[in-house]
Amino acid sequence: MSTRAFGSRIQRNIDPQLLRGEGSFVDDIPLANALHVAFVRSPFARARINSIDVTAACTHPGVAAVYTCDNIGDLDLELPLLIPHSSMTDARTQRPLARGDVYYVGQTVAMVVAVDRYTAEDAAALVDVDYDPLEVEIDLEKAILDGSPLVHPTHPNNIAAHLVQVSGNPDRAIAEAEHVTRVRVQVDRSTAAAMECRAVAAIFDRVTGELTVWDGTQAPLSVRGGLASILNIDEDKVRVIAPNVGGGFGQKVLLFYPDELLVPFAARHLGRPVKYIEDRRENFVGSTQERTQIHTIELYAKKTGEVLALRDSFLHDTGAFIPYGIAVAQVASTSIAGPYRIPNIWVEFKAVYTPTVPVTPYRGCGRPHACFAIERAMDQLADDLGLDRFEIRRRNLIGDDEFPKLREGLLFADGLPVSLDSGQYHKALEMLHDKLDVANFAAEQQKAREAGRHLGLGMAFYVEGTGLGPYEGGHIKIHPITGKVYVNTGLTSQGQGHDTVFAQIVSDQLGVKVEDVILVEGDTKAFDWGVATFASRAAVVSGNAIHKSALIVRNKTLTAAANMLEASADDIELRDGAAWVKGTDRQVSLAAVATATNPLRYAFNESAKAATQFAPASRHDGPALGEGQAPGLEATDYYSPPCATWAYGVHGAILEVDPEICSVKVRRYVCIHDCGNMINPMIVEGQVMGGIAQGIGGAMYERIEFDTDGNMINANFVDFLVPYATEVPQVEILHLETPSPLNPLGVKGVGEAGCIPVGAVIASGIDDALRPFGAAPFQHIPITPSMIYAAVTGG
Amino acid sequence: MKPPLFEYRAPRSLKDAIALLAGDSGAMVLAGGQSLIPALNMRLASPSRLVDIQHIEGLKGISVQDGRIVVKAMTRHRQLELSEAAHRANPLIREAMAHVAHVPIRNRGTVVGSLCHADAAAEMPMVLLATDGSVVAEGPRGRREIAAEDFFQFHMTTTREPDEIITEARFSVLPAGAGWAFEEFTRRHGDYAIAAVAAIVDRTSGHVSLAACGISSRPVRLRQSEEIIAKGGLVPDVLKAAGEAAKEAVTAPDDMHASTDYRRHLLAGLVRRAVEKAASRTK
Amino acid sequence: MNRGTIRPKPQAISIDPKVAVNLSVNGETVSAEVSVRMLLSDFLRHELGLTGTHVGCEHGVCGACTVIIDGVAARSCLTFAVQAEGTNVRTIESVADDDGSLHPLQEAFRNCHALQCGYCTPGMIMNILSNLESDMPMDLSEEGIRVMLSGNLCRCTGYQNIVAAVRQAADALASR
Repeated sequence: MSTRAFGSRIQRNIDPQLLRGEGSFVDDIPLANALHVAFVRSPFARARINSIDVTAACTHPGVAAVYTCDNIGDLDLELPLLIPHSSMTDARTQRPLARGDVYYVGQTVAMVVAVDRYTAEDAAALVDVDYDPLEVEIDLEKAILDGSPLVHPTHPNNIAAHLVQVSGNPDRAIAEAEHVTRVRVQVDRSTAAAMECRAVAAIFDRVTGELTVWDGTQAPLSVRGGLASILNIDEDKVRVIAPNVGGGFGQKVLLFYPDELLVPFAARHLGRPVKYIEDRRENFVGSTQERTQIHTIELYAKKTGEVLALRDSFLHDTGAFIPYGIAVAQVASTSIAGPYRIPNIWVEFKAVYTPTVPVTPYRGCGRPHACFAIERAMDQLADDLGLDRFEIRRRNLIGDDEFPKLREGLLFADGLPVSLDSGQYHKALEMLHDKLDVANFAAEQQKAREAGRHLGLGMAFYVEGTGLGPYEGGHIKIHPITGKVYVNTGLTSQGQGHDTVFAQIVSDQLGVKVEDVILVEGDTKAFDWGVATFASRAAVVSGNAIHKSALIVRNKTLTAAANMLEASADDIELRDGAAWVKGTDRQVSLAAVATATNPLRYAFNESAKAATQFAPASRHDGPALGEGQAPGLEATDYYSPPCATWAYGVHGAILEVDPEICSVKVRRYVCIHDCGNMINPMIVEGQVMGGIAQGIGGAMYERIEFDTDGNMINANFVDFLVPYATEVPQVEILHLETPSPLNPLGVKGVGEAGCIPVGAVIASGIDDALRPFGAAPFQHIPITPSMIYAAVTGG
Repeated sequence: MKPPLFEYRAPRSLKDAIALLAGDSGAMVLAGGQSLIPALNMRLASPSRLVDIQHIEGLKGISVQDGRIVVKAMTRHRQLELSEAAHRANPLIREAMAHVAHVPIRNRGTVVGSLCHADAAAEMPMVLLATDGSVVAEGPRGRREIAAEDFFQFHMTTTREPDEIITEARFSVLPAGAGWAFEEFTRRHGDYAIAAVAAIVDRTSGHVSLAACGISSRPVRLRQSEEIIAKGGLVPDVLKAAGEAAKEAVTAPDDMHASTDYRRHLLAGLVRRAVEKAASRTK
Repeated sequence: MNRGTIRPKPQAISIDPKVAVNLSVNGETVSAEVSVRMLLSDFLRHELGLTGTHVGCEHGVCGACTVIIDGVAARSCLTFAVQAEGTNVRTIESVADDDGSLHPLQEAFRNCHALQCGYCTPGMIMNILSNLESDMPMDLSEEGIRVMLSGNLCRCTGYQNIVAAVRQAADALASR
């Protein structure tokens, strides 16, 4: 075998196509005669609908149809609750088109289908909806008070879910504690803001009865299942394709958005292709968001800094509906103790309905919130006890020999126990200490202060439960003509480079070039089984399934090649696209092996001649395929993780605050990161750097702003500040590779890692920089210039 | 986000353009479109007619004459930014221009268009004000020059009549030996100013010109700060006092990007920095 | 639905007033009748089939739709097709060689892992390319490159690898 592909920095297979502008995103797919959709959306956060008059819109030239809840047949339903949980009662989900009431600004009320999007928008403006606006309360803490206006009359105090989880014996530990640190932290509403908004296109073929849907989703198989069920079509008659998708970050894992049902419905109803290309404003007001949580966290410690118990109680804003269940809050609550030993935990949350865009996971999914809470509390505890921020962590981090660290009593978002599987937390912390040159920073900081400059050092540790089940699969087939290897899985990629990392896994087993492994995913016709891309799970779950399938195909190939080369399978090696008798120049190409394993009647090429029924290589003493044999070199296998595997890392930054301008400049940003064995370090680093940039956004720039009436006043890129290159620091990354003991490849997920600790790092750094001002710690992100102003002026 | 329907007209002469504007009270001028088209795409504006002035003879170019930099209506930001003649005549322009959105926007957007759009946080209206510049309006009633001080009325409102076209802007040449500076704070590079200050300091005449944007409903001259410096001189305490005095000019209410108190604090700092820098550049 | 329902042939295009536009796109002469309000981005994508130009915000902030108009980078979402009358427009599809070989800038993007989902990439490339092809010297300092990239949002990469790609491409082109 030549160099191992696994672990190498290999360029991505998909890049040339994307770089030439030959990608195929949903709106790039040419659909002749397609009709286009625009929605009529609620202008009120909460209102009764008295009437909807579509007359003018229907007669507008170029309009094919206008739909309301009254003419969409079976689609006039409450959308499914995707992840039920006993902590919710009568969980509320949205209807594709509002019936009777609207619950947030942007909720879909009517759908116009017209010859182009321009005309559809014209006609949407002609739909006349008569509303009676109702009282609203946007503030999360006020929303739960008695007497606050209710989003749903069914839910007193707007409580959507309430859950308490306990690990160990917190009451006893609290009684024994010598010190308690209590902080209140808040993370504000944000959104994924993928560069491609969501998009759905559909064709219904009246002749075959087949529905084809192109959907910029992270979950095509799940969308297919749901569509088939709701539209009452056999699953095999529904094909869902997620072509190139321009970023997802969780927002595109939710199903169903109203358009995902209504567009296929309209395509079937109107007999023409129908397209809905969400625009940026709609992405802000109509696609789900995340982040607002308010935690009150208490650390009960000994004077030494050893934390005996943690109590955390938090409010989680779930928006107007809770279609994804309590996933975000549950991940936050089970990640709350971070990388620390803390043996006793009491954590409670209330998920709260607010009349705003519904909340579902966004990259990080509760982890950034939990990290911000525990890390800010750890910094405070260090301060309270007069300890250094690194030292408090040294005294509490889980030791290498303490894995697996089971937090008995806490159930993660997969319903399985929280059990941190492996890591070298102490080593990571010391690596950061060295890399940031912490030992010399105090002197540098002092010198800068004397010159009127305010430097700060910030740091935060995080853990990330990744690779959640239930399962994924992989199908592998060596092609007889070209010898190329096709790999199918049920996921879809939004830029993570699956086509390359999965190819690397297969390449090593089958001895083929990475570019000769072709991944087909994001198409329900390519693979029938699986779930979706979310929760940093692709490499772990599909990766291991593909690895297992590759091992089967490898064995089949070795056996077949041994027959052809008249050698023992043990003496065969696979490399350079061929099977070789070790130590000789005798070889047969994988294409020929694949052909030979398929008994043929027709000799269409040289390899095929050797596989025909009259060829010498064929068996002549019975049926061409023996009982239990299958033609070709292919296999399908699945991987179902026993529980999440926990990646982790620690970030640190040196930043400078200018108290006159109230600006923050990040001078250095260092990330120590461990996601187990890395399949492709280049791609891992890309994921981490991108995550950190999003984390910088969440730390200082990105905040969805609602006015008191529930209008989103920054539903655009002018005022919702996604950072440009000028706002994102250069990142220095150092890796550790502690294999996961849970899966054959020893991998852990990396998709969400980067964004998790950044808010805590920046807050910690600004605190440090502004210490001379005696300001209160920053416990609320994003941190804005106005907040820095208030801190430096005591305002 | 697609624009509503409008009648599109592309006259070849100024006279025709003015007639087309005068003939439809819902008509608007389309120049570079970098402010107008976003507004149309968001359907915040719905003109019945757009008069595209890009094909009109004589509306392009930059010239420096009689102490003024004359910028014709179809001159793109980037053309003015890169104009060596304009830069020699007043380096404040290029320095400010680097903060106007991003190069691809500056490649299409026009200077006069930005002045007419009159966003209260936009840089170029402030520069026109700081340089005691003016604009020339042509309409059915003839041609008139409007001083910057009189032109900007309110956020996105000027004294241009609906049937007038601003055919050129006139920035003053920097007095010989004077220093200049532009200081701005935005949350992201290229965003509209949270606050920005343009300063011109002329040690010879003792004249100081200070203008700010982002702090009020229009760009403003900081007259009180100018007087404090004119009287007290370019010394640290005076500059600090000038900054403090500038706080009075801040009338913008709290918004999502800045509180009023923070804007005041910021403006004071920017004034001090701008004047210091401008003073350091005097000859 | 009643199986006997008449299905009239639906209208195919909007009734918007049309206007003639003549321009050059990737070196080809184009004469078309377009709706007066059609954005250049939609014209390129849906009338000319050049779907490499992406649309990310339609208000000029994200830069995904950036093309080169008469040698300089511009937002195709903030330009009406009719405004492009007489201009020379270049899109991402014109950057690689006819045989698909990547331009050094595209190569550098691949080498440096400067793209993930690839949605912002065409706009990024066109913006950077307009600078690489310009007569004006480029500021290849870290800050200079970042300022050049500002105006193009990327949500995946964190920009760092794009900065590296710009430097690598500039070096590759300089040594040619």
